[in-house]
Amino acid sequence: MKKLRRKVYMTAGYNTVSMGTGRREFHPKKPRPGIEHYIKEAGKGVLDQIGGPDKVDESVLGNFMAARFNKQANLPGFIPMIDEKLQWKPATSVEGACGSGGLALMYGVRSVLAETADVVLTMGVEVQNTVKAIYGADILAGAGWYQKRKQGHAYFFPGQFSDRAGAYYEKYGYDKARKGMARWFANAMENARLDETAQEHHNTLPDPYALALKMKPNGAAFVDHLTVLDCSKVSDGASGIAICSEEGLAKIGVDKKDAVEVMGWAQVIRDITNDPKDPAELEAIPRAAKQAMESAGVTIDQIGTIETHDCFSIAGILAVEGLGLAKKGEGADWVDAGNTARDGYMPMNTTGGLIGWGHPTGATGVHQAVTIWQQLTGKAGKAQINISDDRPYGMTINMGGDDVTVVAIVYKRG
Amino acid sequence: MTYEERLQNVSVLGAAGKMGSGILLLTAVEMADLSLKPENKDKSFVLNAIDIDPAGLAGLMKYLREQVRKVAEKKTVWLRKAYADRDDLVENYDIIDEYIFDVLNVVRPGTAMEVAYQSNLIFEAVSENRSLKVKLLSQIDKNNANKPWYFTNTSSVPINLIESEAGLDGRVLGFHFYNPPAVQRLVELITTEKTSEEAIAFAQEYAKNLKKIIVPSNDHAGFIGNGHFMRDALHGLKEAEALAAEKDIPLYKAVYIINSVTQDYLVRPMGIFQLIDYVGIDVVQFILNVMNPFNPDEELQHDLLDKMMEQGVKGGQYSSGAQKDGFLKYKSGKIVGVWDIHKQHYVDLEQFKDECDEMMGELPKSHVVWKNIIRNKNKEELLQQFFNDLKSSDALGAVLAVKYGKRSKEIGEKLVSDKVADKIDHVNTVMLTGFYHAYGPVNNFFD
Repeated sequence: MKKLRRKVYMTAGYNTVSMGTGRREFHPKKPRPGIEHYIKEAGKGVLDQIGGPDKVDESVLGNFMAARFNKQANLPGFIPMIDEKLQWKPATSVEGACGSGGLALMYGVRSVLAETADVVLTMGVEVQNTVKAIYGADILAGAGWYQKRKQGHAYFFPGQFSDRAGAYYEKYGYDKARKGMARWFANAMENARLDETAQEHHNTLPDPYALALKMKPNGAAFVDHLTVLDCSKVSDGASGIAICSEEGLAKIGVDKKDAVEVMGWAQVIRDITNDPKDPAELEAIPRAAKQAMESAGVTIDQIGTIETHDCFSIAGILAVEGLGLAKKGEGADWVDAGNTARDGYMPMNTTGGLIGWGHPTGATGVHQAVTIWQQLTGKAGKAQINISDDRPYGMTINMGGDDVTVVAIVYKRG
Repeated sequence: MTYEERLQNVSVLGAAGKMGSGILLLTAVEMADLSLKPENKDKSFVLNAIDIDPAGLAGLMKYLREQVRKVAEKKTVWLRKAYADRDDLVENYDIIDEYIFDVLNVVRPGTAMEVAYQSNLIFEAVSENRSLKVKLLSQIDKNNANKPWYFTNTSSVPINLIESEAGLDGRVLGFHFYNPPAVQRLVELITTEKTSEEAIAFAQEYAKNLKKIIVPSNDHAGFIGNGHFMRDALHGLKEAEALAAEKDIPLYKAVYIINSVTQDYLVRPMGIFQLIDYVGIDVVQFILNVMNPFNPDEELQHDLLDKMMEQGVKGGQYSSGAQKDGFLKYKSGKIVGVWDIHKQHYVDLEQFKDECDEMMGELPKSHVVWKNIIRNKNKEELLQQFFNDLKSSDALGAVLAVKYGKRSKEIGEKLVSDKVADKIDHVNTVMLTGFYHAYGPVNNFFD
């Protein structure tokens, strides 16, 4: 990639609670706030940190399936509801399934680079608890190719990643794979407990690792090769962050060291109508991560923490291998050895990731950026990890569908 | 006749009732599942839902639609396979909707009993009235050339009497579901000396497909379930009266105390008076009236029940499933008052609860709650600890509870010595799976 014509920063991140099972205040049968509430809360959360709506040049909102979960389209129309002063300014919404948040980030970055904006209010939102999981599965299946829906599983996406897990077990061994996946789950719980907005913040399992190991996949009740602990949750939530130029940062009065600089990125698309070449491997994620690091001029050993798209624990293991952190077939061992834990070699998903923090699908990409911003600028509270000077970079990897729409971004404290 | 053939034409009598609607739901689902098998695709399956109450039948169809959706949502993985050949059904939404239609499409609601003349299997779930049951079954049998089988849901009438009086000769058995049939796993199976082996084998296969637990009961009025419950309830009524006299307190306070003791101290899902209300004071009285003549050495009746009926307070449930007021008054399922039989109105619980709780004394620290313990692996241990503490206490609640527990055990043992149940295990299984108790009545906790 050519050298960027301007520096691009992100700051003023904000997450609503990721609401759903696991949260003590969640009652499936009681009325809950709708999508409007989440957009408003996350939007205001950012505006409060940047001096209000006057500072915003443009807004963008990532969302996957409000049209079905909430029977609502035309989402840009909700931006002025955050604050009336956002009315008559540009607003856009973007969609790329669970990668919608990542696309929103890219939109904001591009607008700053295009010099059409100095401050972009960038958000993602999804409110999914409006339907039972069995119907939510239909809606989320829209991230796959509809022509394949009929032959797919009742729980379509768990079914897709169950196939990947099954292929991995067969190729590299069931026991060690399950150990790695159990460790992934345990790490997610440990991290989520430290973040008050995480869906699993209230989690009190005495031994998540032992539980995840003990629980065996049961195809008659769910899918063949995954348990519910291998899956991200059904979530309502929104995240927001301000994407700014240097002038933008000055305008909102935020010091560079309270922001992260976008050092490089990559956007990679795989053909949705093709099955994965080898289900035990990812293709788009490794390409996106490699290109993002190249564009930032860094190597993996300079990166201190990564937020990766663990919609399923197996996706976390496969990403570890795709990033070259472990050889093919050894990702599970690498994870089980504690390398991705918060005190491990490469802390990953330090506020719980999709399995622990939650997965409001269209918001996830933005949530990942917020977590990296918090960690690199020392704002992660109880979830704060140590970022060493020799590995000062962070990376987010956001995926839509089964390794289809992928955005990877490399950050450094400004 | 194969299992499938038997289930191709079925009737349920009293289908809009509390038990009938549950039986109808389970049977409709079983029949629809059979119809979805590739080898049965060209066969018709008919389930007549017969009831004298047209409004009840309309309510039944709504109940079915809601319940079948829940059933479908739990087995969508299987349904996707069953409808794999239907290219027009792609999403779970489509498949679940189609399944709901397919189940409802088996059901033919109506008030005319003549449709049962074509059936191979007839479930009887009308009110607990022997002559009514006999009348209906004999009328159908005279007009039905198929020599059908009759599965009666009676909870008290001896099957051999129905058999001989209706002239059914080996084609009737007791297939007693527990309330609500869609939830409770128990079925009491009662046969007579003449009941055909094929009918028994069919009943077992049908119960297995419905994921029910069968407990055989001998053919004594009330069988095992009501044999225990009715005597347990009578003990509660007597205890309440005695307590009122002994402590010189109004009866409603004693009713509250005995209800609390049987729920909180005995760790049961509901107190005995709440259970009587749940079943219906009228139904309890029907059942006792059936049982009493067959048990000459006992007095199976109680004046309090007669008085409540005279005063028009009957308990039971609304068609929505909400609890009607009986001995106790309910608001959103919670007890808020107790009937004062002398002044004939409900007294608010708030007015006397604290006083009664104080009379009962404090629960030991080892106290366990039914809801929490029912699936606890260390259930036995925790219960033993709690009951031991009750035994060593002289607080009123503890004393009443221990006495109640002992009486409950006696009743269970008598069911075996009277040859109603073949073994203790059967009595305990009935109370565990039909009444959702956390422990069987025949135990060593209170010895």
